[in-house]
Amino acid sequence: MNIIDIEHIAKIYQVGTEEVHALQDVSLRIDKNEYVAIMGPSGSGKSTLMNMLGCLDTPTSGKYLFKSENVSQMSDNDLATIRNREIGFVFQTFNLLPRSDALHNVELPLIYAGMSYLDRKERAEQALADVGLSDRMHHKPNELSGGQRQRVAIARALVTKPSIILADEPTGNLDSKTGEEIMQLFHEIHAKGNTIILVTHEEYIAEHALRIIRLKDGLIENDEVVSKRYTPNGNIAAE
Amino acid sequence: MGNIIFEFKEGLFIALRALKANKVRSILTMLGIFIGITVVVLMSTAIKGIDNSFQKGISALGSDVLYIDKWAWFSNVEWWKMRNRRNITMEDYKKFKDSAKLPLAVAPTLSSRQTIKFGDRRVDNVFLNGSTSDYVKTTNFTFAQGRFYSDVESNSSRQVVVLGSEIAKELFPRGDAIDKNVKIGKESFKVVGVLTEQGSFILGPFNPDNRAYVPIGTIFKNFKTMHRSTVTITVRAKNPALVEETKIEAEGVMRKIRGLKYDEPNDFSINQQEGLMDNYNSVVGVIKIAGLFITGLSLFVGAIGIMNIMFVSVRERTREIGIRKAIGAKKRTILTQFLLEASAICVVGGIAGLIAAVILSMIINQFIPTSVQVDVVIIAIGVSLLTGILSGIAPAYTAAKLDPVDSLRYE
Ligand SMILES: Nc1ncnc2c1ncn2[C@@H]1O[C@H](COP(=O)(O)OP(=O)(O)O)[C@@H](O)[C@H]1O
Ligand SMILES: [Mg+2]
Repeated sequence: MNIIDIEHIAKIYQVGTEEVHALQDVSLRIDKNEYVAIMGPSGSGKSTLMNMLGCLDTPTSGKYLFKSENVSQMSDNDLATIRNREIGFVFQTFNLLPRSDALHNVELPLIYAGMSYLDRKERAEQALADVGLSDRMHHKPNELSGGQRQRVAIARALVTKPSIILADEPTGNLDSKTGEEIMQLFHEIHAKGNTIILVTHEEYIAEHALRIIRLKDGLIENDEVVSKRYTPNGNIAAE
Repeated sequence: MGNIIFEFKEGLFIALRALKANKVRSILTMLGIFIGITVVVLMSTAIKGIDNSFQKGISALGSDVLYIDKWAWFSNVEWWKMRNRRNITMEDYKKFKDSAKLPLAVAPTLSSRQTIKFGDRRVDNVFLNGSTSDYVKTTNFTFAQGRFYSDVESNSSRQVVVLGSEIAKELFPRGDAIDKNVKIGKESFKVVGVLTEQGSFILGPFNPDNRAYVPIGTIFKNFKTMHRSTVTITVRAKNPALVEETKIEAEGVMRKIRGLKYDEPNDFSINQQEGLMDNYNSVVGVIKIAGLFITGLSLFVGAIGIMNIMFVSVRERTREIGIRKAIGAKKRTILTQFLLEASAICVVGGIAGLIAAVILSMIINQFIPTSVQVDVVIIAIGVSLLTGILSGIAPAYTAAKLDPVDSLRYE
C-alpha cells in the first residue's frame, strides 16, 4: 500500500495581483520504507511540496491520499492530528523551542498526543538515546551544537513513531562533516524500516537516497530509482 | 480527555515560563491589573464598611420602632400639606398611650439644638432629645456610667441629662461625668448617665453618640424646639414580627384621637427605619455605582495593557506557534495556551492587588470602618480571571488561527 498518493496537485499563491504557481501539476506515489530525495533549484517548489506532503498546507487543486485517506479536504484540526501521529518533521533551521530543554522538546508531540507523563518521558528519553544524546537531555537548544540540535529535532520527529519522516534541507545549516553525520543517522533510521522524504538542493546529499525526484518550476522533471547507495558505514554499495 | 488535561498543563507551564522569561514586562503588565484590583477591592470594601455601619446605626434605631410624626421622613405628600397638618401634642401622646394595646413602650419626643458646656469645654449644636423615662425602652441603650432618667425625674421635669458617648468624651475627657452639672443653653443640668458607644459614624445627628437626653418637660420650659412643638410619638412593638400589626393599630388609634372622618387622609405619618434604608440605598446606590464604574475603568485600562502585551507576545512567538502546529498542536491548544498566559498575568496581579488592598484597608480601618470579606476575595480573583480571559481572547484567537507554514517562515 502507498503511504502517499498525490494526483495532479497544484499550489497557487496569490501575491498581489500576480499568481505564483509554486506547484503546477505534480503526481507521485511513495511506498512504505522508501528513501526519497526531492531535488531542484531554489524556488522550484520543493518546500511547497514538502509542506503539502506534511499536511501543513492544502493544495489549491488535485487530490492527496495519505494512507488512502483524502487529506485535501480535511479540517485544520484533523490535519493537526495527522501531523501529530503520522508525520515527523526535520527542518533546516531545527525549529526547536528555544526555552525548552531537549527532553521537553522531544516530549512535546507526545503531550499533544495525550500520552501520560511517565510513558512520554520514557519514550522521549529513549528517542534521545537513539540519536546519541542521552547525556544532553536537560540542555537547552542554545547549549547544544548545530549537529546536536538537529539530532534533538530528529528525535522529536521519531518519537511518535510516524509513518513518514519529512526533512527539508536538514543539513543546510550544518558544516559538511556534521551534515554527513546527520545523513548517517538518516540511514540508520531508514534501515529500521522508516519512510524518509528528504528535500535538498545538493547533489551529494540527494545521493544518500534510493530514489530522486527532480522538480523544476513546480513540475516533476525526473523521478528515478538510483542504483547505488551509501551503506550505514559510509561505503558505497551496489544495490 | 487525557489530551485536554496534558495540553492544559503544558499551556500553564509554558505560560508561567513565558512570564518568567520576560520578568520586567510581565511585572509592568501586572501593575495595571494590580492597581485595578486594589482599587476595586478597596472601593467595594469601603462600600461594605459604610453599609455595615449604616445598618448597625439603623438597627440602633430599631427595626421594631415606629415614629408617629407630623412629618413623613420620605413620602410624596407635598411639603406644604404636611406643614399645614395640626401639630401632634402631648395630649395626643397621652391619649395614644392609653388607647394603644400592642406597643411595648410609647414615648413622646421633642428635640432642640443646644450648646452644652462644662467648664471651658463645649459642644455646639447638640441634638437634645426630650422624652419620658419610657423612651429608654424604645431603644437598646446600654450605659457606660449611671442610668437613664427616672419616672419621677421625667414627670417632674427635673433638670437631668443623659449624654451620648461622643458628647461625654468631649466634655469629660477623664470620664468623670456623673453628678457633674453641665450648662445646656443657660440652664444647669445634672448628668445622671452616659451611654456606651453606639458606634455609627454615618447617622450624624441620628447617632445617639452625638445626642443628649433630657426629660421632655425641660424642653418645653427652657428651649425653642425644632418643629414648633410638634411631638414625635415613638412606639416600640413587642417584637419585630408585630411591627405591622402595631402600625395598623397605631394608625387607627391616631385617626380616632385626631377625629378624622373615614374619607379624610391621615394628618400624621408613621415613620420607620425601613424607609430610611430605602432612602439610603437610593442615594448611596448611585454613589456606589459611580464608584465601581470609575474603579472598573482602571481595571479596564489594565486589561487593555494586557491585550497589548499579549499581541506583542503572539507576534514574538509566531515561529514557536508554527513549530507547535507542525508537531500537532490544534487551534484549541494554542488558544488555551495564550488564554492561560493572559489569565496567569491577571490572577497573579490580582492576588497581589488583593493583598495590597487588604493591607491598605487595615490602615484605612483606623479612620473609616471597612471590611474585607470572603466574597470580595472570591470576586476579586474571579474578576482578575475574567479580565485575563477577556483581554487574552483576541490575541489568543489571532495566534490560534495563524497559518502553520507562514508562521514557520516568520523571521
Ligand atoms: N507563502 C507564499 N506566498 C507567495 N509565494 C510563495 C509562498 N511560498 C512559496 N512561494 C513561492 O513559490 C515558489 C516555490 O517556493 P518553495 O516551495 O519555497 O521553493 P524551494 O523550497 O524549492 O526553494 C517560489 O517562487 C516562492 O517564491
Ligand atoms: Mg525551500
